[in-house]
Amino acid sequence: MHLVRSFSFHLYSITLLLWCTSSQGESIHIAVASNFTHTMKALISEFEQNSPHKIKASYGSSGKIYAQIKHGAPFKLFFSADQSKPLALYNEGLTHSKPFTYALGGLALWSNNKHFNGENLESVLLSGEFNKLAIANPKLAPYGIAAIEVLKNMNLVEATRKKWVRGENIAQTYQFVRTENADIGFVAFSQIVRQPFYWKVPSNLYQPIRQDAVLLKHKSEKNGINNKAALDFIQFLNSLKSQAIIQSYGYRTENNAYIELEMSNKNT
Amino acid sequence: MMLSDADIGALWLTLRLATTVTILLLIIGTPIAWWLSKTSSPFKGPVAAIVALPLVLPPTVLGFYLLIAMGPNGFIGELTQSLGLGTLPFTFWGLVFASVIYSMPFVVQPLHNAMEAIGERPLEVAATLRATPFDRFFTIVLPLAKPGFITASILGFAHTVGEFGVILMIGGNIPDETRVVSVQVYDHVESLEYAQAHSLSALLVIFSFVVLLALYATQRKTSNVGMMK
Repeated sequence: MHLVRSFSFHLYSITLLLWCTSSQGESIHIAVASNFTHTMKALISEFEQNSPHKIKASYGSSGKIYAQIKHGAPFKLFFSADQSKPLALYNEGLTHSKPFTYALGGLALWSNNKHFNGENLESVLLSGEFNKLAIANPKLAPYGIAAIEVLKNMNLVEATRKKWVRGENIAQTYQFVRTENADIGFVAFSQIVRQPFYWKVPSNLYQPIRQDAVLLKHKSEKNGINNKAALDFIQFLNSLKSQAIIQSYGYRTENNAYIELEMSNKNT
Repeated sequence: MMLSDADIGALWLTLRLATTVTILLLIIGTPIAWWLSKTSSPFKGPVAAIVALPLVLPPTVLGFYLLIAMGPNGFIGELTQSLGLGTLPFTFWGLVFASVIYSMPFVVQPLHNAMEAIGERPLEVAATLRATPFDRFFTIVLPLAKPGFITASILGFAHTVGEFGVILMIGGNIPDETRVVSVQVYDHVESLEYAQAHSLSALLVIFSFVVLLALYATQRKTSNVGMMK
């Protein structure tokens, strides 16, 4: 008797679960710039605890994601490492929203070489006594643009140019320093926030690295936005809890971040 | 076609890299292939396997290990530093070193096949005519294995031109030093400069087609000696 009751109870909960996932819970794909990988994983696991929706994230360079979106990739949200790519998608009419800033990245000068342990890395940079200086490729990565800005403001561009090695993205730049092939390198503060030795570059030396996101439009969506999961996730990102998570990974946030949605369907 | 100075620089660098690597590989690969075709040593299997390894390994694996091994704390890095050469990543010669390893099977295997196809008999006949091993190698093996050498050179050269993953991992994208064509195309695509990416990519497609056409033309002319297995 007891067994039967517990079995029917299980059946009931399974039915409930199925009903929830079929009628309420949605599963959506989002695309995220690689520098935000760890943060996004933490955000998604927090979000999914209190939501019927599932978020499936793909991580990659913003340029590649942009090209994929333009060719019909099934992403609902795009978290870029910069502002230009979300803006381009917006201008091309491929989005439901204007771009909004979800995080502001910081720059740090980092070394993994024991030789520089405890030393002031700013003076190491000024002294020129290092083998290579790793930076993200400024043509591709906003963290690279910021690094060049810092060098300009410190009048070190010409003095250090011969020692530059460029990572294709900030993850590869980190790798060059991590494997000690480059003595020092400008990496994202979020990558080394738990490391002991770094110089956090003062924010007056470069323009803030604004990372923007957009809600993407799909041809199948005839009547405006019908994606509750994406909207819920955006709302979650504006909560104090997720802002605290983002900050714990070394980013700054703007607490008045909001999103303007184009509910009408102008382009169809 | 719209090619910038940077594109042309990348093209020249790629040709310089592929030429250097091909010449080095013919010098290094010939004795290895000769040894593989003659030996009955128990090391034959392991050596052949090591030579063929880059065929199987993803370039990211090779690049990752080379970055660590050639770094200041890696065994290759310690060796080059003790020789006063510094470390290899981010230099032209670092790319040469990596490409020699990466393209090795494309040179050694055609040479090995061509040399094996010669067989024992011509060499034994030459030996009865008092040809020294040295003579036999230069007057019999080299001419008879010529199609194999042509195939090996073309494949080694073309494969180095097409290299991307390894160079991306250890190159550091330095103009005229490590920024080869494939990396330049990648840069164009990543920064949304699709027109420039098209020009360079189209050039590479044409180049690859011509190279393969030349390869199959030489193979048709000269029996099937030196064909890849």
